[in-house]
Amino acid sequence: MFIMPAFLGTLIFIIIPIFISFGLGFVEWDLIGLPEFVGVQNYHELFSSGIFYEVLWNTFYYAFVTALFSILIPLVLAYALDRKIKGSGLFKTAYFLPYVTPMIVIAIVWTWIFDPNYGILNWLLGIGDSIKWLYDEKFAMPALIIVSVWKNIGYNMIIFLAGLQAIPESVNEASEIDGATGAKRFFLVTLPLLTPTLFFVSIMTVIMSFQVFDLIYLMTEGGPENSTMIMVYWLFKQAFEYFNIGKASAIAYILFIIILLLTLIQWITRKKWVLNE
Amino acid sequence: MGIKRVNWMKIISYTLLIAGALSMLAPFAWMFITSMMTQKQIFSYPPEIIPDPIHFKNYPEVAKAIPVATYFYNSAVVAVLTTVGQLLIASMAGYAFARISFKHREPLFLLFLATTMVPPQVNIVPLFFIMRELHWIDTYQALIIPGLFGGFGIFLMRQWFKTLPAGLEEAAKIDGCNPLQTYFKIALPLALPALATLGIFTFILTWNSFMWPLIVTNTDSMRTLPVGLAIFKGSFRETTEWGQLMACAVISVIPVIGVFLLGQKYFIRGIMLGGMKE
Repeated sequence: MFIMPAFLGTLIFIIIPIFISFGLGFVEWDLIGLPEFVGVQNYHELFSSGIFYEVLWNTFYYAFVTALFSILIPLVLAYALDRKIKGSGLFKTAYFLPYVTPMIVIAIVWTWIFDPNYGILNWLLGIGDSIKWLYDEKFAMPALIIVSVWKNIGYNMIIFLAGLQAIPESVNEASEIDGATGAKRFFLVTLPLLTPTLFFVSIMTVIMSFQVFDLIYLMTEGGPENSTMIMVYWLFKQAFEYFNIGKASAIAYILFIIILLLTLIQWITRKKWVLNE
Repeated sequence: MGIKRVNWMKIISYTLLIAGALSMLAPFAWMFITSMMTQKQIFSYPPEIIPDPIHFKNYPEVAKAIPVATYFYNSAVVAVLTTVGQLLIASMAGYAFARISFKHREPLFLLFLATTMVPPQVNIVPLFFIMRELHWIDTYQALIIPGLFGGFGIFLMRQWFKTLPAGLEEAAKIDGCNPLQTYFKIALPLALPALATLGIFTFILTWNSFMWPLIVTNTDSMRTLPVGLAIFKGSFRETTEWGQLMACAVISVIPVIGVFLLGQKYFIRGIMLGGMKE
């Protein structure tokens, strides 16, 4: 059977682990001894600990601010690119490079760029070492968001461009005849037609941002003072540094449910739009 | 009047696009430049934008400090084998879902599609546990096999195979092909563009993957480039060999940029397909 390899692999490495993960959320286990069933204790501990809400807040803050800028900037760029631009292929390549680059490479370069004393960013801004970026509780998260947005721009720009190019030329011509030009046309004609794409990109970017791990691991390790501690990194620490398998699995499931909800929102609202068309 | 306005829009567009492109490329340029500096040049203030003299030693030095060649080899083996395996498995399943009717076909396909919604991080603990039970920790099996499966590839291949003409199998049957031969000799060659898209995607994602290789490897002989480089970065806290780090970063990024430039067309098409996933 043609689907046998895919089916078996998916069963063993994706579907069965989902159930194991769910089960592990109800045990206490250090990966060495025997798992002990503790009921909802892991969830109870999470919901009654202050750090959980801190991590949750950090994750939402990171995901939504990243998504906001990863939408605005590519949208403007795609709109700029969606006319007869010379060298549009070269632009696409340039915007895409960060997206295909390994996070470790990005982390190395940007850690050095953000260096408070010798980094080129503070020098360019002419602010001496007054902002300590990754070493400052207030600025570490914005620094990470800058890097994420920088990495996301190319990907989202391509999707927006596809959306813009799907708008029939006749619509643009008609709006021109009606006197809608420049900004007016963008807001009254283009943007409404682009809403489905916009919504799709928003949700996808938020979902992707909820899953970020390497950026945190490689640039801040959740610090300083937990200010960049977000869910997947916390999960990793609980599982592979503190060997709290139960707690890690509970975090994993909370993350899973958040992402599932976002996906469902996307499905439901898309259906609504399709009907409207 | 009209012409003048269009020109304005074009000027603004070009300005934005060029400014954006420069800020995309600048960190890469800075990485490359820093990799050509001595420790003293790196820590000069104000920064030296163009190193004088140019210094190549970081490249041989980083190869002495950490086993770059081993890391590179591991990354290459894992990325190539994962890509080949994923192409084979996904195209077979995609072909079946598109062109062969069998029991429970639609629900099964939905099941595969649903797996794309599961964030891989949710499964990382049980997967680690499975790897341990199989005694696969610190082996190529652990690095490769779990990466072979995924709904996206199957979806992509199915979409492609659906566009092939309906009489294909009939014609192949008349020519004496069994289903396996039809798939290998006729369908697969026709699916080259889709295979290219999936292949480039898989290669880049696997080459860049970090969390999984970090968890399932624990010796230098098995580590991939991103993991090895991350440990090198983490091994110094205060003063740092930035030049060597940058040199190794340059080495790590070359293969993905190469593959991306070669297959940019297919890569972008893959993203658009992903964007239109129903």
